[in-house]
Amino acid sequence: MAVEKFTVMTSVAAPLLRQNIDTDVIIRVERLVALPPDQLGPYAFESLRFRADGTEDPDFVLNKPDYREAGIILAGDNFGCGSSREHAVWALWGRGVRAVIAPSFGDIFFSNCFQNGMLPIALPIETIREIADEVEASPGNARVTIDLPKSEIISPTGRRIPFSMDPTRQTQLLAGLDEIGITLLREPEIAAFQARDRNNRPWIYQP
Amino acid sequence: MSAKTLLDKLWDDHVVADLGNNFSLLHIDRHLIHDLGGPRGLRETEKAGRRVRNPDLSFAFPDHSVPSTPGRALDGGTYASDLRVQVSRAGIKLFDLGQPGQGIVHVTGPELGITLPGVTLVCGDSHTCTHGGMGALAFGIGWNELCHVLATQTLVQQRPKRLRVTFDGVPAQGIQAKDFILYLIGQIGAAAGTGYAVEYAGSAIRALPVEGRLTMCNLSIELGAKAGMVAPDDVTYEYLADRPYAPKGAMWDRALAHWRTLHSDAGTTFDREVHIDVAKIRPQITWGTSPQDVIGVDEMVPDPDTVSDPGRRNAMRAALTYMGLEPGKPIEGTPVDWVFIGSCTNSRLSDLQSAAAVAKGRKVAPGVKAWVVPGSENVKRAAEAEGLDRVFLDAGFEWREASCSLCVGANGEMVSPGQRSVSTSNRNFVGRQGPGARTHLASPAMAAAAALSGAIADLRKLGN
Repeated sequence: MAVEKFTVMTSVAAPLLRQNIDTDVIIRVERLVALPPDQLGPYAFESLRFRADGTEDPDFVLNKPDYREAGIILAGDNFGCGSSREHAVWALWGRGVRAVIAPSFGDIFFSNCFQNGMLPIALPIETIREIADEVEASPGNARVTIDLPKSEIISPTGRRIPFSMDPTRQTQLLAGLDEIGITLLREPEIAAFQARDRNNRPWIYQP
Repeated sequence: MSAKTLLDKLWDDHVVADLGNNFSLLHIDRHLIHDLGGPRGLRETEKAGRRVRNPDLSFAFPDHSVPSTPGRALDGGTYASDLRVQVSRAGIKLFDLGQPGQGIVHVTGPELGITLPGVTLVCGDSHTCTHGGMGALAFGIGWNELCHVLATQTLVQQRPKRLRVTFDGVPAQGIQAKDFILYLIGQIGAAAGTGYAVEYAGSAIRALPVEGRLTMCNLSIELGAKAGMVAPDDVTYEYLADRPYAPKGAMWDRALAHWRTLHSDAGTTFDREVHIDVAKIRPQITWGTSPQDVIGVDEMVPDPDTVSDPGRRNAMRAALTYMGLEPGKPIEGTPVDWVFIGSCTNSRLSDLQSAAAVAKGRKVAPGVKAWVVPGSENVKRAAEAEGLDRVFLDAGFEWREASCSLCVGANGEMVSPGQRSVSTSNRNFVGRQGPGARTHLASPAMAAAAALSGAIADLRKLGN
């Protein structure tokens, strides 16, 4: 279960500054029930990309030619809230998204990102709007760079914007760490905890 | 010993290793498995050459994908069959269709006494926060984390910040736990809990039965919180005593002594505190596509033009378009096509009792499809023993089998595009109950009132 490393990326960034984009909107339940994780990309954001009659909504940002290939999403507050479905990360990954920049994230989505080599960056909404403004000033040409080792974003006009990231999570992404493999190395500590705990809270182990 | 919050007591009891930077390797006492993520997790674990470390601490329930059709086949479909095979290979206890104990994981865990005060409990489902209503540290996890628990019985977790919401006062007649929590989300927003675990406290929480506390904690994730919890008390212990998986005899006494220490000590500080006077709460109904888009049923649909924040304004406009509502108009009287009473939020016996009390002797309005989906096989049997099924059937509701059903649509049960539903579930997201479906969240009593009225209705006006 190796995870792809994240170091430096440069890509188109799509402004999707709506609040509370939930994981149901990122990937519909019928798709995750019917399809394997590596085939979800075409269905990402389906309920926003298509109108009721099944035609594409040309006004939705990811349907615009300049943003179709965006590898970075600039999002509003609470991105990825709702359902724990890791399929939301897999669907974004499947359409080439590798990073999301938002003021805040749904907690489970945030954790799921790190399990899959996806980078969620938290920045104030004003800062995200400034990046979005630069992107929209030259759509089609604007590129955003994310440098994880330096913890900075380089905006389309070349401004350097620092971001903070928990060192544990940063290391996990930079090295592409498989968390399960690492924890398995701690088996003696887990066994010792349970031995102790069986004395303290025996009812836990006799369900 | 220094004063501690309930969260910190629960956390510290489970630290296997301190990983630095506020991260811990936490022991997981209870892992609940359902039909959607579980089978694949078990299969991949085996494929990776890893064993399920503590199969005796995991419990499996088919709920998401199984039909709620009355008299359904006991096979339950592809996912349920797969779950059956995989848990049997791993040696994990399954509560199968047709058996007492089957049902929605977040209903059955507490009901069976698998959920206990003081445990860490996880499940590959965001509404796992429900179990905090018993005084557990419970939270939803993704698929990779589910595999992590199977292989190691632990999780790498960052300690959340502490939020306490104190509910005081006496609620008006007809106001339920669902109204408390929707009101709170409306007051502080769907992202307010991000990065926090929330403890619900105060006299109005102490006065709630366990099932109401479970409803409150269920919507903690809709507040953005990692977990919700209520300190256990005599109400909890009375609920729990004699449940099949609860400790018995001397073991119960020993557990009880420990549970009585699980509360936030006087003098502890929280990172954020919120106070709610429940006397102010009116029956709540959502108007938009986030649980924070909520108003009293006697209020007007809000107007985005009165909001200064552009992100919020955009979200409100998109929500009103999707929901087909006009700003400034009363929400009461909006015609509905569907009513769903069910889900891990509101499908327990007390929920069905409160809906039945409204429905008794009345009729579902013509043209409204109204479903009652009990949360578990045991809830269904208990309700039938009281004759609640007859009350619902006589009124024109459908009485169905335990499943997640219309809350999530994973079993193909969905509200038709453009149709409007009043639902006791937890999410009014775009397309949640089906592509184009318009969902209004409310309490079981409000949902029943909508079914009888054929429109969003103020249950206080129905009379007795």
